Amino acid sequence: MRVIIIGAGQVGESIASDLDRSHEVVIVERDADRVEDLTYSLDVLAVQGDGTSLSVLREAGIDEADMLIATTDNDETNIVACATAKAISDAFTVARVKNTEHLRTWQQSGDAFGIDFMVCTNLLAAEAIVRIIGLPAARDVDPFAEGRVQMAEFEVSPDSPVADQTVREADRFDSLTFAAILRNGEVVIPRGESVISAGDRVVVIGSPESVQAFSDALVPAESPGSPEEVVIVGGSEVGYHVARLLEERGLRPRLIEYDSERARRLAEKLPGTIVMESDATNAEFLEREHVGDADVVVSALDSDEKNLLVSLLATRLGAGRTVAIIDTPTYVELFEAVGVDVGLNPREVVAEEITRFTHEGGAENVALIESDKAEVLEIEVDRDSILVGQPISEVMTELPDGVVIGAITRHDEFVTPRGDTVIEPGDHVVVFVDIEVLDDVTPRL
Amino acid sequence: MHLRVDYRASLSLVGTVLKYLVVPLALPVAVALYYGESVVPFLVTMLVTAAVGTWLERLDPEPDLRAREGFLMVGVTWLAVALVGTIPYLVEAHGIPFLLGPLSPASTLANPVNALFESMSGFSTTGSTVLGDISFETHGRAIMMWRQLTQWLGGMGIVVLAVAILPQLSAGGAQLMDAEAPGPSIEKLTPRIAQTARLLWAAYLGFTVLEILLLYGLHRGGMAPQMDFYNAVAHGLTTMPTGGFSPEARSIEAFSAAAQWVVIPFMVVAGTNFALIWHALADDPRTFLEDTEFHTYLGIVAVLTAILAGLLFSGNGFVAPDAVTAGQTYDAAYVVDAAADHVGDAEPSIRAALFQVLAIVTTTGYASLDFNAWSAPAKYLLLFAMFIGGSAGSTGGGIKIVRWYVILKSLRRELFTTAHPEAVRPVRLGDRALDERAVRGIYAFTLLYFVIFAVATILLGLDAVRVGLDVTVLELVSASATTIGNVGPGFGFLGPMGGFVEFSNASKLLMVVLMWIGRLEILPVLVLLTPEYWKR
Repeated sequence: MRVIIIGAGQVGESIASDLDRSHEVVIVERDADRVEDLTYSLDVLAVQGDGTSLSVLREAGIDEADMLIATTDNDETNIVACATAKAISDAFTVARVKNTEHLRTWQQSGDAFGIDFMVCTNLLAAEAIVRIIGLPAARDVDPFAEGRVQMAEFEVSPDSPVADQTVREADRFDSLTFAAILRNGEVVIPRGESVISAGDRVVVIGSPESVQAFSDALVPAESPGSPEEVVIVGGSEVGYHVARLLEERGLRPRLIEYDSERARRLAEKLPGTIVMESDATNAEFLEREHVGDADVVVSALDSDEKNLLVSLLATRLGAGRTVAIIDTPTYVELFEAVGVDVGLNPREVVAEEITRFTHEGGAENVALIESDKAEVLEIEVDRDSILVGQPISEVMTELPDGVVIGAITRHDEFVTPRGDTVIEPGDHVVVFVDIEVLDDVTPRL
Repeated sequence: MHLRVDYRASLSLVGTVLKYLVVPLALPVAVALYYGESVVPFLVTMLVTAAVGTWLERLDPEPDLRAREGFLMVGVTWLAVALVGTIPYLVEAHGIPFLLGPLSPASTLANPVNALFESMSGFSTTGSTVLGDISFETHGRAIMMWRQLTQWLGGMGIVVLAVAILPQLSAGGAQLMDAEAPGPSIEKLTPRIAQTARLLWAAYLGFTVLEILLLYGLHRGGMAPQMDFYNAVAHGLTTMPTGGFSPEARSIEAFSAAAQWVVIPFMVVAGTNFALIWHALADDPRTFLEDTEFHTYLGIVAVLTAILAGLLFSGNGFVAPDAVTAGQTYDAAYVVDAAADHVGDAEPSIRAALFQVLAIVTTTGYASLDFNAWSAPAKYLLLFAMFIGGSAGSTGGGIKIVRWYVILKSLRRELFTTAHPEAVRPVRLGDRALDERAVRGIYAFTLLYFVIFAVATILLGLDAVRVGLDVTVLELVSASATTIGNVGPGFGFLGPMGGFVEFSNASKLLMVVLMWIGRLEILPVLVLLTPEYWKR
């Protein structure tokens, strides 16, 4: 498949590096230096020019392109690039936007601006945060099969009940599959006798209820269940959407914003949120407002450093968990090492969302584990799939290590995969696949 | 460039409005002709109105109306129509030398101040009366019809009507309607203000006609013997403007329970925002479900009705029988009868409570019984209700429910921000966050309202002492509350079956001013009194 990516920013580059192994990728970028860089760092064709220009698009081979992904930092540029591409070709167009108004317009009409798929950075990031907030101890949560299946990644702390248990012992939950253990950056496919140690991260796939139950079990008894008190620091677009989504779940979050005009606007738009106008790094204020009592503190300020500072302050005051927006991808790991419980890069979330459209083999939905260590795929299986017609225990012998069948939905019903389960054509299967065997396995599924 | 207020332009437009007042005068003329009464009072009025109107209109042949001129025009229009409205009363009481003797020599309206009071009470839809004797023997049916018609014209607003009809008002129409329309701001239903005004008047006319038909239908069906066609029209003309001038001395009490039940929903409608009614009828009935003010309105009416119905049903709503003899202003026999009708009987208790709560909250001012016979808690409940008022954009007077709602919400915010000084909390009306300026304006209005009410109460009291009028505090308080709120009846001798005639001329003139500024919601009138308004 020939894919044209407009804009070689973080998102563009991340998507390009995901795709360059299996697709013909062309990147259009205005900055000549970036073009030069990409030509050497990735196996892609980098074209210098404006992605909204007809001649540049022709030069990039729009006529033969199957897909165009417009992912610059400018909404209007992305929209115009898609509209232009649609006007002269049949390419499937994907646009990334920040402004949710554009997303709403597009959702209303289905194909406004000639865009086939639109992703909204801020909204996706907010949704990811809200999912993480919903599960204590979760580091990452992704929905599959229209929300009937959830994949979640948890960190196991030393005082967690499952620490030092074998997978067989820990597997007390209905409709929950242990897909992987991530240990020191390595993916371990769990067997019954594998031991879960403190410091490990476990990836589980199952029904939302069972994932919630597992999440509750992981956390020591004093803070069970989903959080009540959420404090959002920073009224950025992401902060706003987090508050809005939490309101929709019936919570009354608190949001702290420094700029008085912005605070007023947010207070107008968020009836269920208590908006405070203050400097969130003011420790006295944080203490007075009992930010330390919060179950979760989300920092969504416009600078990574401030988000780190706020997270550390909140942790020191006693906040349950801290989630920080981190714009610089390389900081994510560092910040998590020094005290941020979950660091989230919005562009990574978007790249992930866009990548799922480009997958071959009918994957409906994709989640990336640890950026690129493994993928969780949702597949609607047909007659040709290796999965169909025999019990899972037999299928597994034909597939390499590094593949775990996590969940099955049949006619919108959740089916727990066990050794004797037989998958039928039309089923939706959520599979965990180690990156090592991904290219080998996906075409056969 | 006009740096000063262009009073010529304003007065010219007042003239135009006056000229058109000739048209509605045709109704009392028709009534007079039908009942064989004299048409002279109305012909004289038509003549004077047309002459004065034409003369004023010639002050400025091409009036250019801007915001400042708008205030003047609105304020003066209401004064002018009130003055013109006195002519039929005065002619009726005095006749015309060499041409016509007095038609009703015993009329209290022979006093020009009384005539002005009655006229202003009509146009401002207050419904307080100085008629000594409300009967067709003293006052002809045509004169009474004029009295009721003034309320109907004043209800939706003479200026709104003018905007609807006069093309020269279309440019400044929004300001004009803003100055006149009850409530914090007007809502444009259509891009063109004249069309909005026409829609409002059409809805108003439609409901009036519907009520007349229902009331008369009840009469033809034998369920309301007293409600003949004249009475049906009279009550249709005075319910929708939340006026309350009934041609019956005993107000609605003179009519059957069925007739009272028909009037109740129309009072509800009259106290509702007409823009909301229009949206609900034209677009989506669910608009009602989403409107915060409408919810609050129904909630207030329901709670007050429940309390009052409970009081009446249990007998605690009436004056104690032994107090009846203590030389009070109420009729002892009446109290005994009224209590016998209501205590332990659900339907009359609920009907009386609902009717009276609606009549006061919407400022209609009808009475389905003489609430002077009620006990102190029940009376104070009504006094409290006088300050609530109808919805914004309704024909009701008072402070208005939406203002109370905003004030209570913002007080709650104050409590919250005391504990959390950094909290930013806009005051919300439904989904809409209000601008802080709007909240401030509402505070200013309400404070002014109470200041004027308090000062007026004191002045009325001083004047009562001066002339040796024997009044109670409740009577004094209710007099200023009922006139500035355009409610109508007060307590004691001002009660629903009484009147304001015993006050001195000075007090009555003060109340005329109260009714005037009450109808125009204070600020448009007060601004005329500030030097800044008149300076360049």
